[in-house]
Amino acid sequence: MRAWGREVLASVLVNSIYEMKNYPVVLLNTVLAPLSFLIVITFVSKGQLIGEAIEGGFIMSMFQSGMSLQGDLSHLKNDFKLQDMVVSSPTTPGAYVTGMALAEIIYSIPALAVLTVLAAIYIHPGALESLELLGVFLLMFLGSVAMGFTLSTFSSDIVQSFAFSRLISTLFSTLPPVYYPITYIPLPFRYAAYLSPTTYAAEIAQNATGLIQLSATDIIFGWTILVAVSLFLFLIAVKKARWRDP
Amino acid sequence: MATGMLLCDSLTKVYGDSKGKKALDSVSLGVTSHGIFSLIGMNGAGKTTLVRILATQLTPTDGRASVDGLDVIADARKIRERIACIPQEARTIPWMTPKQTVLSYLLWRGVSYGEASRKASEALAKVGLEKQENLLNRRLSGGTKRKVLVATVLSSDADIIFLDEPTTGLDPISRQELWTSLTGLAEHRFLILTTHYLEEAERLANVVGILHLGKLVGLGTLDQLRSTLKYQYSLMITSETDLPAVREGLVTRSRAGQTQVLTNESEAHEISLSLLEKGAKFAMSRVSLEDIFFHLVHGSSQEDSE
Repeated sequence: MRAWGREVLASVLVNSIYEMKNYPVVLLNTVLAPLSFLIVITFVSKGQLIGEAIEGGFIMSMFQSGMSLQGDLSHLKNDFKLQDMVVSSPTTPGAYVTGMALAEIIYSIPALAVLTVLAAIYIHPGALESLELLGVFLLMFLGSVAMGFTLSTFSSDIVQSFAFSRLISTLFSTLPPVYYPITYIPLPFRYAAYLSPTTYAAEIAQNATGLIQLSATDIIFGWTILVAVSLFLFLIAVKKARWRDP
Repeated sequence: MATGMLLCDSLTKVYGDSKGKKALDSVSLGVTSHGIFSLIGMNGAGKTTLVRILATQLTPTDGRASVDGLDVIADARKIRERIACIPQEARTIPWMTPKQTVLSYLLWRGVSYGEASRKASEALAKVGLEKQENLLNRRLSGGTKRKVLVATVLSSDADIIFLDEPTTGLDPISRQELWTSLTGLAEHRFLILTTHYLEEAERLANVVGILHLGKLVGLGTLDQLRSTLKYQYSLMITSETDLPAVREGLVTRSRAGQTQVLTNESEAHEISLSLLEKGAKFAMSRVSLEDIFFHLVHGSSQEDSE
C-alpha cells in the first residue's frame, strides 16, 4: 500500500507539482477557461444566471480536468516515452493514472477555489445540496478521466491528441447547456443536448440548488445516466486501455 | 531451447498496420553473459521491437521470451521489479530538474521519498551532474540530458537494464562520457544496449547480437563472431598503392581513399611484408565488428534475394 502511495505521488509530482512550481504561468490557463464562460453568461443574463454559471464552471472544470489528462498522458507517452519507462517498472497502471488524475485536480484547485467562494456567496448550498453537487462533479471527473486515459493509450501523435482533447471538451462542456438552463435553447436542439451526460449533470446540479425544478423521475433518470456513463467509461478503460502495447 | 539470462524461442512480431511484414521473424537466442549485451542492426532491423518485448512493453505475436527464467507475458510483474528501461527517443521532461526526474522515477519504483531524494543525488553525482541537479532539464545540453536518463536507471535497484540507442545524436565527447557511465553501470548489472554505432558495440559489449530484417543473423562474443568469417584479418591500404596479388583473400571494398583486403593470417603477413618493402602506407588488424556486420548482413540480404 505504501508503495502504491509513492507511485501515485510520483505521478502527482510529475504532472502537476513540478510543473506548477517551475512554470507557474500554466495555472492561469486552468483558471481562465471556466471563469471566462461564467463571466460572459453572468454579464449577458444581467446576473440572473450566475448560479447556473457557477455550477457550469464546476462541471466544466471537472470535465476538462479529466480530458486534460488525455492530452497530458499522450504528451508524456509520445514525446518523452514516459509511459514505456513506467511500464518497465513495478508501477501499476492504476497507480499511474490515479496520480495523473489527481494531478489534474490539483491543477484545477485555483479555479475550484474561486468557484467555491462564488458558490458560497451566490448559491448558498446546504450540506445535503453540497454533497449532491460533489457527487455530480465527481462522476463527471471520473468519467472523463477514464475516457482520457483510454484515448491517451491509443494516441501516437500529440497534435492529434490535443485536438481530440479540445474537441471532446467543447462537445461535452461548452456546447451543451451547462452554464444555463436547457430551456434557453430551441426545442429541437434539446434532444441533441441530452446526448451529453454533462446536460444531466447540469440539470441535477441546478435542481439541487433550486435553480430549476425536476420531477423525481427526471432526477432518478439523470443520476442513472451519469452513473451508467461513468461506469461504462471506467469499464472501457479497464478492458481496452493499452498499458503494454498489443 | 537455449538457456540463459535472456531467452527467445521463435519470437515473432507482426504489427497490426504492417500488412503481414514481420518486425521479428522467429528469433531464437540465449544470452548467458553478464556485462553488456549489444543488439546491432540497420533501421527497421527489429532491435527496438525485441527490446520492447523483453522489457514487457510490447506483446509478441508468436513464440516465447523470458528474462532470467521469467516469461515476458505470464511473469511480467515479476520482471518489472527487476528491470529498468530507457526507451528509444526517451527525453527528459523540460519542466523538471535532473533531481526531480530521478526522484520521481524512484517513487514509481516504490522507494520512499527520503531515500529517493538521497539516491537521486548519489546517482547524479556518479554521472558527474551534482552541480546541475537543480537546473531545469530544458537548460541542459543533449549529452547531459542523456546522462540524467542514465542516472534514473542507475539509481534504481534494477539488475537488468535496457537502453535503446542511448547515444544516438550525441557528439563524440558526450558519447565517450556516456560510455564511461555505461561501463560503470555494467559492473554489477546486466545491460541490454541497442545501437547503430558498431564501434560502440565493439568497445562496450561482451556479447553482440546482429539483427537484419527481423532475423538474428549473428550472436556471440567478438571472437565467436569472427570465427564465423572465412577471413580473420583485414588490411587497409591507401588506394594509390599498387595492390599486391591476393591469392586467397578478398578485396572487399574501397572506402575514403582506402582499399580493404580480408584474408587469412599467413597471407595478411605476406601482403604486409610486400607493402613494407614498397614503403606503402597500410594498417593490418583482426577483422572488426564492422567487417563482421557487413559480411553477415550482406550475406543475409543475398540469401533473402535468392
